[in-house]
Amino acid sequence: MNENPGALIPELLLVFAAVVGLLAGSFLPRNRQGAVRSIAVLACLTGVIAAAADLARPVQSVFDDTYVVDVGLGAVRIVVLASIVLTIGLAGDQVSGSTREAEFYVLLLLGGLGTVAMAGANDLLLLVASYLLASIPLYALTGIARTGPGNEAALKYYLMGALSGVTLLIGSTLLFGVSGSTQYTDLAAALPDAPRVAVAVGLVAVLAGLLFKIGAVPLHFWVPDVVQGATTGVAAFVATVPKIGGLWAMYRLLSTTVPTSDVDWPLLVAVLAAVTMTLGNLAAFFQDDVRRLLAYSTISQVGYLLMAVAAAGRATLAMPALGLYLAAYAVTNLGAFAVVAALPRARTLADYRGLASRHRLLALSLVVCLLGLIGTPPTAVFVGKLTVFTAAVDAGLAWLAVIAVLNTMASVFYYLRWIAPAFRARNAVPADDLPPAGRSAARSAHIAAIVSLLLGVLAGPVLAVLTV
Amino acid sequence: MLSIVVFLPLAVGLVLLALPRLPDRAVRWTWVAVSVLDLALVIALWIGYDPAGGIGYETDIAWIPTVSAGYHVGVDGLSLPLLAMTGVLFLACSVYSLREQRRVRAYAVLFLLLHTVSLGLFVSLDLILFFVFFDVSIVAMYFVIAGWGHGERARSSALMFFLYTFLGSLVLLLGFIGLYLAGGTFDIVELTAAAPLDGGGALAGLVLAALVIGLAIKTPTVPFHTWLPPAHSDAPAAGSAILAGVLLKMGTFGFVRIVLPIMPETWRQYSWVIIGVGVVSVVYGALVALAQTDLKRMIAYTSVNHMGYVILAVGAAGLVAGSSEQARTLAVTGAVTQMVSHGLITGALFLLSGVLYARGGTYDMAAYGGLARPAPRFALLFAAAAFASLGLPGFSGFIAEFQIFTGSLPGAPVPTAIAVLGIVVTAALFLLALQQVFLGETRVPGATGDLTAVEAWAIAPLMVATVVIGVFPRFLLDVIEPAARTVVELVAG
Repeated sequence: MNENPGALIPELLLVFAAVVGLLAGSFLPRNRQGAVRSIAVLACLTGVIAAAADLARPVQSVFDDTYVVDVGLGAVRIVVLASIVLTIGLAGDQVSGSTREAEFYVLLLLGGLGTVAMAGANDLLLLVASYLLASIPLYALTGIARTGPGNEAALKYYLMGALSGVTLLIGSTLLFGVSGSTQYTDLAAALPDAPRVAVAVGLVAVLAGLLFKIGAVPLHFWVPDVVQGATTGVAAFVATVPKIGGLWAMYRLLSTTVPTSDVDWPLLVAVLAAVTMTLGNLAAFFQDDVRRLLAYSTISQVGYLLMAVAAAGRATLAMPALGLYLAAYAVTNLGAFAVVAALPRARTLADYRGLASRHRLLALSLVVCLLGLIGTPPTAVFVGKLTVFTAAVDAGLAWLAVIAVLNTMASVFYYLRWIAPAFRARNAVPADDLPPAGRSAARSAHIAAIVSLLLGVLAGPVLAVLTV
Repeated sequence: MLSIVVFLPLAVGLVLLALPRLPDRAVRWTWVAVSVLDLALVIALWIGYDPAGGIGYETDIAWIPTVSAGYHVGVDGLSLPLLAMTGVLFLACSVYSLREQRRVRAYAVLFLLLHTVSLGLFVSLDLILFFVFFDVSIVAMYFVIAGWGHGERARSSALMFFLYTFLGSLVLLLGFIGLYLAGGTFDIVELTAAAPLDGGGALAGLVLAALVIGLAIKTPTVPFHTWLPPAHSDAPAAGSAILAGVLLKMGTFGFVRIVLPIMPETWRQYSWVIIGVGVVSVVYGALVALAQTDLKRMIAYTSVNHMGYVILAVGAAGLVAGSSEQARTLAVTGAVTQMVSHGLITGALFLLSGVLYARGGTYDMAAYGGLARPAPRFALLFAAAAFASLGLPGFSGFIAEFQIFTGSLPGAPVPTAIAVLGIVVTAALFLLALQQVFLGETRVPGATGDLTAVEAWAIAPLMVATVVIGVFPRFLLDVIEPAARTVVELVAG
């Protein structure tokens, strides 16, 4: 049995930073909590380095096989930790100096920890535990601003989350009941002989919990309300980071426990992917609130990501595709949210009119991120889509790739509805209608846009690392 | 060397973007200088290229090795003429835009970006690289149309342009993915050598369909041409010139660079379908152009007609039975020549229609009359461009169309005979347009005024180039023919 804590340095850093942050936050005066931010950023950056160093190591199964440290987890660690840093940056203008600054960082760190643990879980019980850890801090974050819409969003998020958490638990219990173990490797051995209906129901119930986490149909209702109701920083985090862990947990669960089962889960996931992307796209079409539009856009993106899960085990590109697309999606989506955070007064698409003439670089970053979300080369999401589509076709899901192409085409329409006014000449409007919030969010937007482009151009090495 | 030629405009564009205090005048002249320099480099490439040597100036660097996609570029007889045409046309547009007043810096940067992606596409020897340039051209042109087009309608035209051609590119991408899954690489040269889908079957048919539809939308051919007229009529003149002159060639170039060499057997199998599409485009494009009252829309529809000839020729290249290899080589050579010729002539026509719009504020031909009297230089150039476009001997269009018809005739006599009718209709519509706008009583809706020196310097060289090709075509054909023969040999299997 391997109980080497050295394999878990990034996770331990998150725990450490959260605890220290919490303690420091309760001792430091309310207006001097910036130190907690430094601790959080430092821990995350160190964690990224540690995770990157871990990538070269062979696969380790730690703590009685309940947790797997492999390249996939390595990718998740890096993406999640980097996303936390980016989120802190984009929320910086709003959070810095506020009364709940330390709590904000601590909750981000804990939520991130839960996300990473979900991705590494190789055991249903650990999956449930990490699911809760990845959920509860986010409920608190959603309501942290104590506004009306924020409270409503938090309540809705919490109720839906509690329901799907229970579903996940029921599914785990069922699978445990028919196989006598919660460990993925044991499940893989026992499930083919178990009663088929029980396996199917259990699997679907577990998947339901994960579908909530990633905001996929049919458990996507919370996404637009939470994204619109929470503060922009929280919205960016909630709409981006939990999906990373959820999707990876799904990939690991399906590819290790039921690869040989006669339950046709690839088709189930493929159908969910198709419905999710289509519904997200159609709902995004005529949104006028930028955050609601982004919320539906994240739903449609999850649909594309699910394609990689559907191809799991049947296409060699499935895992590299999922890893690259997740990284690309995280940075691009956070970039788009960062632009929103940088312009707190601009809430509707019409408010962005004339952005290009006022804030040239911000407009440029917005274009890079939105075109990135469409999947225009040479941004990272393009390579993500390319590999995901290839994996899907390779896995015999060509029809899904065709649906994805049609969806991508449709998505151009609503992203352009946002880009176009930004480059339009301004009407006679008051000069101060697009005041920037501060430098921190804008800087995060530029960084995200640049990384999104670089990740696309340098996708080769990234994919090479993931293909082992 | 080749990469410098490709990325020089973009690099200068980024510098322009980074220097916010630069006066507009400096931006314009920098743009012109870069275009001159880049064209000079292309000419240097041409002089140093050996037509018998296959691919020249090759660079092959691994880019995304996991899917065997690389930065693989090189030129041959198919791409070199298009590179030169691209350089000439972008230079013409940069000179023409010396009088542009609106947001000059962004305009110049977008055109420099387009310059890079156009050159990059023509030198790509990797499907993913090809696709990257293909897609970025759509984005850049969207901003050109939406930002500098005519009036409120420009934005919906730009959106339609983006959606339609983007769909085409995605279908194309599916085809590329099919090729990758069959051949295990995105490298065009390797795929050409392996021809992985030559076993036939449903997959080969589907991949061919995806490739052909994707490229046909960009070309555009009937029935995928509906995005073209609004995009053209609402784009600024230089944008239309680039769109018709260069961007449409991305579609036809894809046929000779990708589809014919990689899927020869499947191409032979379906070549009659392609020929049919080509002929319909020729006739339909000409007839619809005849019915237009808007000058720019008319020119746009003649593009459908002219691209139809190219499609006819590449289709005929697949007719192994009933035509000699020499005839099919002639057809492919004609197709490439037509791409170059159409780029120059249509570029000139769109810039000229931009001159007209700048004076009269409308493209409606009925609003004008007798312009030959107040604007003789304009009339002269327009008449020359119109005659070149309808394929009069002495201009490049004649060389191209003559080769296409001669090369296609042995294999597909009936379709070719029908396609020749297209020339008659085009002749009629251009003569009618000339008569209406330039002859009779003088009517000008806005200010009068002949071509300015800048406009003349932008447009006249394009016409000089078509005449040079029309009178001394050998220098061009010597480069194209070996490459065309290679393509034909590949298709013959």
